[in-house]
Amino acid sequence: MKKYVIIGNGVAAAGCIEGIRSVDPEGSITVISAEQHPVYCRPLISYYLEQKTDLQRMHYRAESFYADHGAEVLYGRTATEINADTKQIVLDNGDSIAYDALCCCTGSSPFVPPMQGLDTVDNKFSFMTIDDTLALEQAVTPESRVLIIGAGLIGLKCAEGLHSRVKSITVCDLAPRVLSSILDDKCAAMMQKHLEKNGIDFILGTSAKEFCGSHAVMQNGTEVDFDVLVLAVGVRANTAIVKNAGGNVNRGIVVDDACRTSLADIYAAGDCTEYHDISSDTVKVMALMPNAYMQGHTAGVNMAGGEAAFDNAIPMNSIGFFGFHCHTAGSQPEGCEMYEETDENHIRRLFVKDDKLTGFMLLGHMHRTGIYTALIRNQTPLSSVDFARLKIEPQLAAMGNAYRDKVLKGAV
Amino acid sequence: MNFYPEFEVVRNDSRCIRCRVCERQCANEVHWFDEDGKVMLSDESKCVNCQRCVTLCPTRALKIVKSDCRLRENANYSDQTIKEIYRQAETGGVLLSSMGNPNPLPVYWDKILINASQVTNPPIDPLREPMETRVFLGKKPDHITRNADGSLDTKLAPQLSLSMPVMFSAMSYGSISYNAHASLARAATALGIYYNTGEGGLHEDFYQYGKNTIVQVASGRFGVHKDYLEAGAAIEIKMGQGAKPGIGGHLPGTKAVGDVSKTRMIPEGSDAISPAPHHDIYSIEDLRQLVYSLKEATEYRLPVIVKVAAVHNIAAIASGIARSGADIIAIDGFRGGTGAAPTRIRDNVGIPIELALAAVDKRLRDEGIRNNVSIICGGSVRSAADVVKAIALGADACYIATAACLAMGCHLCRSCHTGKCNWGIATQRPDLVKRLNPDIGSQRLINLMDAWRHEIKELMGGMGINSIEALRGNRLMLRGVGLTEKELEILGISHAGE
Amino acid sequence: MKRIYVKEEWCLGCHLCEYNCAFANSGMTDMVKALRGKTIYPRIQVEQDENGITYAVSCRHCKDPICVKSCIAGALSKKDGVIEIDHSKCVGCLTCVLVCPYGAVIEDGSGVAQKCELCMKNNCGAPACVKGCPNGAIVYEDRGEAE
Repeated sequence: MKKYVIIGNGVAAAGCIEGIRSVDPEGSITVISAEQHPVYCRPLISYYLEQKTDLQRMHYRAESFYADHGAEVLYGRTATEINADTKQIVLDNGDSIAYDALCCCTGSSPFVPPMQGLDTVDNKFSFMTIDDTLALEQAVTPESRVLIIGAGLIGLKCAEGLHSRVKSITVCDLAPRVLSSILDDKCAAMMQKHLEKNGIDFILGTSAKEFCGSHAVMQNGTEVDFDVLVLAVGVRANTAIVKNAGGNVNRGIVVDDACRTSLADIYAAGDCTEYHDISSDTVKVMALMPNAYMQGHTAGVNMAGGEAAFDNAIPMNSIGFFGFHCHTAGSQPEGCEMYEETDENHIRRLFVKDDKLTGFMLLGHMHRTGIYTALIRNQTPLSSVDFARLKIEPQLAAMGNAYRDKVLKGAV
Repeated sequence: MNFYPEFEVVRNDSRCIRCRVCERQCANEVHWFDEDGKVMLSDESKCVNCQRCVTLCPTRALKIVKSDCRLRENANYSDQTIKEIYRQAETGGVLLSSMGNPNPLPVYWDKILINASQVTNPPIDPLREPMETRVFLGKKPDHITRNADGSLDTKLAPQLSLSMPVMFSAMSYGSISYNAHASLARAATALGIYYNTGEGGLHEDFYQYGKNTIVQVASGRFGVHKDYLEAGAAIEIKMGQGAKPGIGGHLPGTKAVGDVSKTRMIPEGSDAISPAPHHDIYSIEDLRQLVYSLKEATEYRLPVIVKVAAVHNIAAIASGIARSGADIIAIDGFRGGTGAAPTRIRDNVGIPIELALAAVDKRLRDEGIRNNVSIICGGSVRSAADVVKAIALGADACYIATAACLAMGCHLCRSCHTGKCNWGIATQRPDLVKRLNPDIGSQRLINLMDAWRHEIKELMGGMGINSIEALRGNRLMLRGVGLTEKELEILGISHAGE
Repeated sequence: MKRIYVKEEWCLGCHLCEYNCAFANSGMTDMVKALRGKTIYPRIQVEQDENGITYAVSCRHCKDPICVKSCIAGALSKKDGVIEIDHSKCVGCLTCVLVCPYGAVIEDGSGVAQKCELCMKNNCGAPACVKGCPNGAIVYEDRGEAE
């Protein structure tokens, strides 16, 4: 009977458990969970603040998930060391656990750049975990003025989540635009306008220089008084345990299409990894939920002796604020052409290079956008489809009769 | 001159959900959605009352009603008469109509009642006892003949075998759609009966149904060639049609498109005009020549049907046909349908099928040649009761077409000649043709015939009769109501109470 | 497993399937009450190609459902071959819309995602689009499973 160990208890870990069990119904599975909660998906925490979900409904899987899958979870434990030679891991309580196959789903941690006087701020929070969220929830009142450092996905979702619970929210970012990692200037401007319309204030193109209690001074001299500070500057992949074990690590743990690390029988999946983005043909950390699950599942299948590959990863994001959505996927490689259609309330930008759709940015009403995503993921030659129609709206009608027959007339 | 429209579209706006199915389904473009007011609007002047929108409206928000806007009442000059005069004054043209004569002329079927057994001659329960609905059409021997060695001569003239005494009568590919033909062909095959190509030739896709196909040869000879003749189970020479006796057919060039023109063997877009007479037939002897030409061409394997319209001297005509070598006579009454006919002819020429049928059967019996031919009765056979009455009057089988069209979805709006049939039947517009799915169309035809077969059995059982054979010409089973002595005499039946 | 398939040769483009779908999933017993004056968000969508051919597209209940794998809330799952959505868990992130290659997951108008569940959760008994199609262009039948 094979012994499987999974470090981490996030979505990648859940994918790994399901992947293992799709091949091996027998082996033992041990999950090392630093958090005291059964698996949940981190992005849900903003929806918790918004009261679109609650702690119960946040559970990623049914209550009986671990039991059904024959997995034992060690809550409140962290792994401190991997010994790849003896195939053992050491826990923070000193226990050792042997494994036949190991998967590191260690995720990422908030990155806080050094800022002067940060230690003088009492009410400061990260926004990554349920525990962060519960603490933040306790700290805010209807009178709170909230300052969020970081106008990225995490910072802005936090702003949306807190919006109806506090008096004011100011978001600042060194970048000159919101969501700078996924949107260009024009798209970001439309999104920012929408957020401002909903009462979020922005200080962009500058970062906090120093803090003093509940007072912040920006690099450009702007001063902000606040009651609660949220630090959402960015995240860093948790790679140390693999690096220390001698594994190949760059910005993330390096894995191949089978989610193998450079160490024998050690796999990795999720936000802690870096892997190949087919839309730009580069290797990067893509800390994305769908990819995390798919990597975890792939790793699980391979750990159990099956064969699986996750070889069509692309970055993609679905994010929305106050009912206004934005879908992005792929990349905008140098030399790509852009097709754009836009009006007051929506933007459709498609990026094309070498007869392929490499990426898109869509703002407004999201309808059937997965048809575009599939074009990127499948690297479909645009000369084989009716791209002129696709530019107008995503539709199977533009994908050719053969494809249509295949997906509509038989099981897929 | 503008008239107030004949129909009004009544839309219950409180039920309308703006799904726009009425708009999408109306080939006459009656309905449209007004983006500004977010309401459905309509132009009644284009409405033909085909009921497509009414049928498909998911919330029953629509009804089409006859307009009550009327010209001043006049028992002599009806609205219809006056408006027709206006139309002709405007266009100088012959008025065209479709489907059968809608005027309130006598329907003798409805004045004939069927007998049932009581006490002395027990009825038969078709659920418990065998009941034969099979009939054979063709020449029957008058007496037994024996071979030289004394054995029975069992060689018969070619026969059509029908599982029940009903067939689908001639509707050409062109006048009706590919899918309508497919529905008829498939249903006829499944039912063990026959459908009829009409004068449009036979689409190559339908040769597979040849065993259940009657191929027609009409005055235009459209689509007739050796393979065509050999493809069917019988050949019908069309001398006339009940809806338009004395004239030929006319398929407008707009319908002679694509496969229709190919199947008819005429240039695309050209009008297919069948002459009034067959130019090689001016006598029974000429007819005999064509009958035997066709028999010769098909090696005497197939029975030949001669179809004529019911006209004044039909009995004498039938007598001639029975002597021409034809195996079957089809008589088409004046209420028979059409895809297009001049209105005056449709509404004023010909005689009721009931009288014609009775007269023909009597004449052939009187002349001792009834067994020379089988008789098919057509021209508005609407129900199983009509079938039973027709057989008792002397028919061997009936032709139905309007009823078949109704089964396929026709709502008798009588606009076939416009080519915009919203039900996908009398049209060649691809977007409309696809509205008739032959899977559904054929099933509905099969259902209709199954239902009629059950009803025929019940009616026969009630009379204590257990086969069509025993019902044929059995006029004692019929009684007239509200008929004159003369009518009763022609029909050869007694009055109710006699 | 039985799935919904389209026979585009018989599709009339009447869009009734969309309205029947919206009604079937409205939870109401009267179509007028359910749909009048409302924008509908059907789980089946009629498309039209460049030749005017129309056909309806709904969830394929595919073998490897990327929507299920992508759902951040664990609201999408596949049970007995049917991909279903737990609306109480859905937070409306629309990641499923972003990943479904058939465009078969759609926003329901209130901010959460919805998709065809073969009318298994409503009172219809059988898929409403199939029952209501006037021309037999949508069928519910077993055509086997993907390789």
